[in-house]
Amino acid sequence: MDLTFSDSDLSFRREVVAFLKNEYPSDIKEKQDKRVPLEKEEIIRWQKILHSKEWFAINWPTEFSGYQELSVTEKYILQEELARANTPTTIPFGMGMCAPVIYSFGTEEQKQKHLPSILNSDVWWCQGYSEPGSGSDLASLKTKAELVGDKYIVNGTKTWTTLAQHADWIFCLVRTETTSIKQEGISFLLIDMKTPGIEVKPIITIDGSHEVNMVYLDNVEVPKENLVGEEGQGWNIAKFLLAHERSGIAGIAALKRELSRLRELSSEIPLGEGTLIEDPQFRNKIEETDIELTATEFTELRTLAAMSQGGSPGAESSILKIKGTELQQTISELFVEMLAYYAHPFYLENEIGSNETVGPDYAAPVMPHYLNYRKVSIYGGSNEIQRNVISKAILGL
Amino acid sequence: MDFTFNEEQTMIQDQVEQFIQKEYSWETRQDLSNSELGFSNENWKTFAELGWLGIAISEDNGGFGGSAIETMLIMEEFGKGLVVEPFLETIVMSSAVLDKYGNDEQKTDVLSPVINGEMHLALAYAEPQSRFNLSDVVTQARAEGDSFILNGFKSVVMNGPSANKFIVSARTSGNQLDKKGISLFLIDSDVNGITKTDYKTVDGRKASDIVLENVSVPGESLIGTLDEGFEILDEAIDRSILAISAEAVGAMEVLYKTTVEYTKTREQFGTPIGKFQVLQHRMVDMFMEYEQCKSLLYMATMKNEEGADDAKKAISGLKYQVGKAGKFVGQQSVQLHGGMGVTDELNVGHYFKRLTTIGTIFGNADFHLKQYTAL
Repeated sequence: MDLTFSDSDLSFRREVVAFLKNEYPSDIKEKQDKRVPLEKEEIIRWQKILHSKEWFAINWPTEFSGYQELSVTEKYILQEELARANTPTTIPFGMGMCAPVIYSFGTEEQKQKHLPSILNSDVWWCQGYSEPGSGSDLASLKTKAELVGDKYIVNGTKTWTTLAQHADWIFCLVRTETTSIKQEGISFLLIDMKTPGIEVKPIITIDGSHEVNMVYLDNVEVPKENLVGEEGQGWNIAKFLLAHERSGIAGIAALKRELSRLRELSSEIPLGEGTLIEDPQFRNKIEETDIELTATEFTELRTLAAMSQGGSPGAESSILKIKGTELQQTISELFVEMLAYYAHPFYLENEIGSNETVGPDYAAPVMPHYLNYRKVSIYGGSNEIQRNVISKAILGL
Repeated sequence: MDFTFNEEQTMIQDQVEQFIQKEYSWETRQDLSNSELGFSNENWKTFAELGWLGIAISEDNGGFGGSAIETMLIMEEFGKGLVVEPFLETIVMSSAVLDKYGNDEQKTDVLSPVINGEMHLALAYAEPQSRFNLSDVVTQARAEGDSFILNGFKSVVMNGPSANKFIVSARTSGNQLDKKGISLFLIDSDVNGITKTDYKTVDGRKASDIVLENVSVPGESLIGTLDEGFEILDEAIDRSILAISAEAVGAMEVLYKTTVEYTKTREQFGTPIGKFQVLQHRMVDMFMEYEQCKSLLYMATMKNEEGADDAKKAISGLKYQVGKAGKFVGQQSVQLHGGMGVTDELNVGHYFKRLTTIGTIFGNADFHLKQYTAL
């Protein structure tokens, strides 16, 4: 047991800080600091900068990334500093989700074709999992892929597809066979979004933003070689991927940044003769959140340490998903509470950051953020489902 | 002890319920909310014809002379329909102030146009630094000859965009936090020196920020006694808390019922999700929170009506409960609807948003817990 950083860790931290000072583009930083949603180009530009420093696909095996391996501690330091500087969140669908599937289950051709373009952020991926009738019960999915000659003909509807409007490719769970055990007929298919028969329709959410979509697939022809793994192996791949998805889901470093921002801002909000942070009720909530956050941080560190010693992220990642998302929601709620009436004026995405908003200059994105974050306890396997996973897999109930 | 409504009250309740059912479909509500005005003038005329706009005005002044019970029943039904017409702002918050404390000229100018649906009002009490403290007033009104000169800033004035007149709280003496030394003024919304920034609010309604720069108003604009405006304001906010809590109770009822219905039809794992015990218990909790709010609402409304000594404490208790319960019911309704709950298309998210703003308006749960403790 040792919580101290070594000299080389400390020097790594200095390297990250210096890199951010020099390489984090000021135009993106300005938008990020104002909480203005980024354009596709800006996200890609930032990912390419990270990649040039070998700090993008840090969790890939080095044989695929070509990176020099970072230690668990260095990864932790990197993520903490990236979040502290409020750099953009990298888009997980290609780098964090599809790529691990491809290098773990894909053919040599698939690796050659897709991994470099993901690494270089030249191709944007989205995830085709949920369907209108299949949310928590993902295995009930109905999108059908029928093998005709050397092509699959795909028909069905995917929903809640995040940023599909930007995507070049989609990885999909499809049904290739009707089996008595529904999990057994599912396969994992890579589909080019330019293929005829694909239509993307926006879903507007309660914060007024367009982040998720419906994706309609109507007789979409997909070459047989775009199947990953064997037919019927899709469910195992999905389970592997969900564990991957959850392991980074706690987003601890970003939460630490937001909590300290909350402290800072609430010490500037007047309340009678003092400020809001001096109000015992509000202060208690901040400190309770701080304790929960620290606990979650160390739960994550213990999980990561176990993984670095050859363990795999199992049901423990469900703990991180639940605690991380609860913290995201709590902190976003405290921002709303902090602003009181000035959380109410409502602006659309393209108005946030403009000079037309009223109240403190940081006010406009606060309520949309709170509303948007109601999704986090629903997506990636709802928190009810995560509790089922823990009760079954860890407690043996 | 009697929790039944009299004939007249039941009639109004039925009237409002029927109006919502016939005239206020979800699509209509959304169209109104998204329109330039933000509500329907036609509906407002209907409210006038049905006598609802005179509910908070005494018979002597041409109103209906209704009690807080009638207002409660109207607001509860409005909560069910998520009505966007500014009944709370014009009628409950403002018209009753002038009915009781306005001078003859003010009554003549305002009350009958309000009752007839021809005038809108707004109560401008909050300031950027004041949070929920009604006596934290920086805006100044300085006497000059027979006039008052107002300078200051009023924030998030609900119904500001449509109001023809504002009731503005301003400091005429004392220090920033003093209760004594606050006065209320009735001023035209288009008077020289007023700059208004109008905007939509997250609950689909509208509000304004108002800058007052050397706004000169005649001495007769004063409402009630000089320096004694705090009590009037405090009374208006108490009445408004009862009304907005009734709206919240109506909204919570819709949400828990909608959620129960949804979980009966939404199937996952080959069974309606309402069969899962963890969701059943959640919905039972939502239902109980709604019932508890309704109990405190009835209690506090009656205590206020009777002028009971502990009426203020009851009102703070109610607002605390409404803040807490509204958040729980709103958030869980979204959660149990899954992805659908966060879509703009479904009504559930919009009820959640209104409950969120209601939780803040007139003081959040923390604020009222503190008030409750102090009283």
